[in-house]
Parts: sequence; C-alpha cells; structure tokens
Amino acid sequence: MNAALTLTDVTLTHGDGPETVTALDDVSLVVEPGELVAIVGPSGSGKSSLLAVAGALTTPTSGSVRLGDVDLVAARPRERDAVRRDRIGFVFQSGNLVPALTAVDQVRLPMTFGRAREHRDPMELLAEVGMDHKARRRPHELSGGERQRVGIARALVTRPSLLLVDEPTSALDRQRGQDIVALLARETHEHGVATVMVTHDHGILSHCDRVLEMLDGRLGVHVA
Amino acid sequence: MKPSFLALRELSFARGRFALMGAVVALVAVLMVLLSGLSAGLVNDGVSGLQKLPVTSLAFQHDVEESSAYSRSIVTTDAVEPWREQPGVAAAAPFGNTLVNGRTDSGVEIDLALFGVELGSFLDPDVEDGSRLAGDGEVVISASAAEQGIDVGDTIVLEPSGMELRVVGTLAGQHTFGHVDIAYLSLRSWQEARAGVRAGDEVPDRVYREATAVAVQADDGGNVDLAAGDAAAKTTSMTLEDSFGASPGYTAETSTLQLIQAFLYAISALVVGAFFTVLTIQRRGEIAVLRAMGASKRYLLQESLLQSVVLLVVSAAVGIGVGLGMGVAVSATEMPFALEPWPIAGATLLLLGLGVAGAAVAVLRITRVDPLTALGGNR
Ligand SMILES: Nc1ncnc2c1ncn2[C@@H]1O[C@H](COP(=O)(O)OP(=O)(O)OP(=O)(O)O)[C@@H](O)[C@H]1O
Ligand SMILES: [Mg+2]
Repeated sequence: MNAALTLTDVTLTHGDGPETVTALDDVSLVVEPGELVAIVGPSGSGKSSLLAVAGALTTPTSGSVRLGDVDLVAARPRERDAVRRDRIGFVFQSGNLVPALTAVDQVRLPMTFGRAREHRDPMELLAEVGMDHKARRRPHELSGGERQRVGIARALVTRPSLLLVDEPTSALDRQRGQDIVALLARETHEHGVATVMVTHDHGILSHCDRVLEMLDGRLGVHVA
Repeated sequence: MKPSFLALRELSFARGRFALMGAVVALVAVLMVLLSGLSAGLVNDGVSGLQKLPVTSLAFQHDVEESSAYSRSIVTTDAVEPWREQPGVAAAAPFGNTLVNGRTDSGVEIDLALFGVELGSFLDPDVEDGSRLAGDGEVVISASAAEQGIDVGDTIVLEPSGMELRVVGTLAGQHTFGHVDIAYLSLRSWQEARAGVRAGDEVPDRVYREATAVAVQADDGGNVDLAAGDAAAKTTSMTLEDSFGASPGYTAETSTLQLIQAFLYAISALVVGAFFTVLTIQRRGEIAVLRAMGASKRYLLQESLLQSVVLLVVSAAVGIGVGLGMGVAVSATEMPFALEPWPIAGATLLLLGLGVAGAAVAVLRITRVDPLTALGGNR
C-alpha cells in the first residue's frame, strides 16, 4: 500500500546566483496513515517550506512529492487546487477562520468549494472537537483555543488523507496547547489521517508518534 | 461549487459597509432617473410637435444652415410639385414654421410656434376638441396651451402686427416646438403672420408663394431618393429625425444632458471599482487561506462578482424607486419632465453593466493572491 505522503530527495531553493537560499536540502520523508509526525527546528530552518511543498502550495526545485498515488510535482495548478480541496486539510497558526462565518458555517465552507464528496457531518465534527455548544458563534466571539478547535474541524470535514498543521499552539497557553495537540493526535489515530505538525513548542511532543528536526534545510531525527 | 454560500454571509456580516456603498449607487440611480425624465421632458418640449407630424422628410431651402433650418429656410411653393412627382412619395405639401408672441383677448400672454399648412393636405391636423381648421384666421392649438388658460373661442392677437387668430380647436396631447406651444393655421394666414402684415397693408405676391419647407410623406415602407428629389426641386432634405437638431436649442440641451449622464455612469463605475478594490485588498489574508484550502480562483471571482451584482441590483432598485417617486412629484409641476420606461430601463442596464465591470476589474486581483502566504506569520 502507498504511504499517505512521500517526499523523495526534495530540494527547494529561493533566488539564484550568489544570493541563493536553500530552504529544503535533499529532504526525504514518509508519513503513514494514522501517524502524527512533529517537526521542530530553529527559525529559518525550513519547516514552513516543508509544509508548503507537502501541501501543494509550492513546487520543489527538484525531487518528488507524492500524495498517495498522486504526483504533486507533475500536477497542473488546477489539479493542485483540487488536491488541496479534496485530500489535504490545513490547520493554520491562529485558526485563520473567516470573520463572517459562524463556527458551523466555517466547517461547512470547504463543502461549497466543489462537488460534494463524502463529507463528514459538520455538527458531529464540532461535537468531536468539543465546540458543538458554540456552533452559532463567530470567530470574534471565540477564544484562541476555541478558534483552533473549529479550525481543526474545518480541516477534517472533507476526510483528507493528509493534515498539515502550522504551529497550532503558538497563540495558546500551556494547558490549552496540550488539549489541542491531544485532540490532533486523537483525530489522527481514529480517522487514519497522516498528520505533519510544525511546532516550536517542545512541551507537546509527547503526544506525537515521531519527532523530526530541521536544521538548515536538512531533516534529521530529533534527539530529546 | 457554491460561491453564494460565502458571498451572501459576507454581505450580511459586513452590511454596514455594503449599505454605505449601496447608498452611493442608489443616489446615482435617483439622479439617473431624474436626468432621464428631464431629458425626455426637454425632448418633448423641444420636438414633440415635430414627432407627431405625419412626415418622413422635410425639404428645406437649398444651402440653408442645417442647424437653424427651421428659422432660416425659405422655399417657394413651386418646389412642392417636383417632390410630389418623385417615386415613392405618397404626399408632399408646403409647411410653414415661425415663432410669434401673442396675447389673448382675456389678457393671457403666450409664445406660439405657428405651423402653416394647406387646408385639406395631409398635414392638416385632427382635433380633439372644437373643430378642424376651416378657413383663414383660424388656429387649432396644442392641448398644453389649453392648460395655460387658452380655450376654444378665444382670440389671439399677434404682436406687434395686431393680426387676429381665432382658436377653433385643440389637438390631442402635447404639441410643442422649441419649448413653445404649437398653433396650426392655414398656409395663407401663416404667410401673412410671418411677413408681419397689418390690416390694410399692401401685400407683395412673393409673400404668398413662400413656405419654410416642403413636407414629404413616403409610401408605406417605401424609400424616397432624397438626393434625386433635392436635385429636381433645388432643396436640401433632412429626415424628420435629423431635422430635430435644427430646432432651437435641441442639440445643446440633449448633448449637455447626455454628457452629465455619461459622467454619472463613469463615476458610479469608478466608485464601485474603488470599493471592491479596497475590499479585496483587505481580504487578501482570508483569500490566501481559502486558496490554500482548495477554493479555486473561479470560485472566489464568482463569489465577489455575486456580491457586486447583489449590491448593485438592490441599491439600483431602491434608487429607481425613490427616483420614480420624486419624478411623479416633479411631473406635476411646470418643469419639462417625462418619465418614460425605455430610457430608464436602458440607463439602468448601463448603470448595472458598468458597475459590474468596475467591480470585475477590481476583484481580478484575487487571482494574484499567493496561497503560500497563508502559512507562517507573514499575513
Ligand atoms: N520567498 C522566499 N524567498 C527567499 N527566501 C525565502 C523565501 N521563503 C523562505 N525563504 C528562506 O528559506 C528559509 C526557510 O524558511 P522557512 O519559512 O521554511 O523557515 P521556518 O523554519 O518556517 O522558520 P520559522 O520557524 O521562523 O517560521 C529561510 O532562510 C527563509 O529566509
Ligand atoms: Mg515557519
């Protein structure tokens, strides 16, 4: 069976000539369904670049990126839109919800992007992340942790095979951060999602199945 | 794909902003209705009497200044016969036109456009009240002159000649020319009125051979070769519609109003465009997130265009409603004002079309938002 996400010898550089910056240097990574992988590393080491390449937001300079059986490097822009819509869920730093929408509408929103596939029930999903009692609230009426929970429900509604999470706890206090990552771990394991989470927060790593470290664009095993 | 889901929720969430923008569009629509009414009213006042002539073209004096043909042209009645003989001509008759001042026996002062016609010719008008022209010294007048207090049976004394004209009938509806009510009279009386003949004057024969133009009516669906007719009769022809431009003030009034309307459309398109430009720039972070989540460019363009269409249609409808209400009030006054459905419908379509075009140009910048910017803190 195919792994959910396979990066092979991926290199990403910005600019050219003497100014060239190597954001990803010969990175290889395999993530299996139901696995939560954390990526740590200093600022500027290439963590966001890795998410961008895995999430079909950037095409790498060289190497191959596969999502199940889909080759993301060969895909055309429209196909990449469709892959992001149908197979990838994003959880952003501070939730990044749409200000105009209530919590339940945030979760429904991805269902309006394309032909309805086998979506999960938005209210059930809100209940799963513990937000069903605030389904009618808009983002400005929610706390940071609550927004993050709604953001996780929104990312999961299309039953993605890959969940990409960008610093989910940076805006939260310690306890709420723990709760959010525990929720991510549970969703990952129960629904067989492959999850890649970038974080600066070493206190949450115990929830993760594997921890990798980026250093100057190279990916290695994290030594605690 | 269902962009209306997001479009309508954002419209209602940001209703304050959208209402402000809508108010501007509604005000433009009010102005548009009023200008359209004023424009139609001025056209009516200027040329409604010409529009109601059963005429397809008019043959004016050879080499006449086209912009003032109605006041300057003189043709002789000899020019009528060659026109009658042209192929495709159903009827041709002399037509006289001149502006005069008068006063009724009951003391009402009035400006009149005298239309001189041969009695029994195709130009001789039907009346709604009273009787048709039966002889010299009689006039039938526009219904709008009756509103000023002139009635069948009154006598109008022309100034300064003192010539007397008896009102025998009124026409159906408004017949005006150059903002002045029309009075039809016999060609012979018209010739005397134009020459300023006083009772007892010796009148030169020449006076009784002159008219302003030869009025020509083509066969139903037929085509008259105007150039051939002009060559035969030594005249300069204009179609009836072209001749509107030769009536006093017509071109200046209509082109001024058209210019104002064009500015109005341009302003509203620019304002709508600017509004959606600012809105799109403010939404850039949100758009990047939506794109990262897999919303296509098409989805987001449709979403924004739908918002602009809803905004424009709702506010134009409100504005037109208010404009029509004000228009009805203005119609009741002396102002030249006429609410006509087609010009207003056309203007509305133009307002909506240009508004959507302005919004479309603005929201195109959605396509330049890079979904990559949704990651990290660089929003
Ligand atoms: N568009 C770009 N143009 C040039 N250089 C870039 C660009 N994007 C990223 N870089 C560079 O690539 C490297 C990796 O950046 P990246 O954003 O992946 O780091 P990061 O690990 O996510 O850092 P942080 O923890 O601060 O978010 C950095 O040196 C950065 O300056
Ligand atoms: Mg980063």
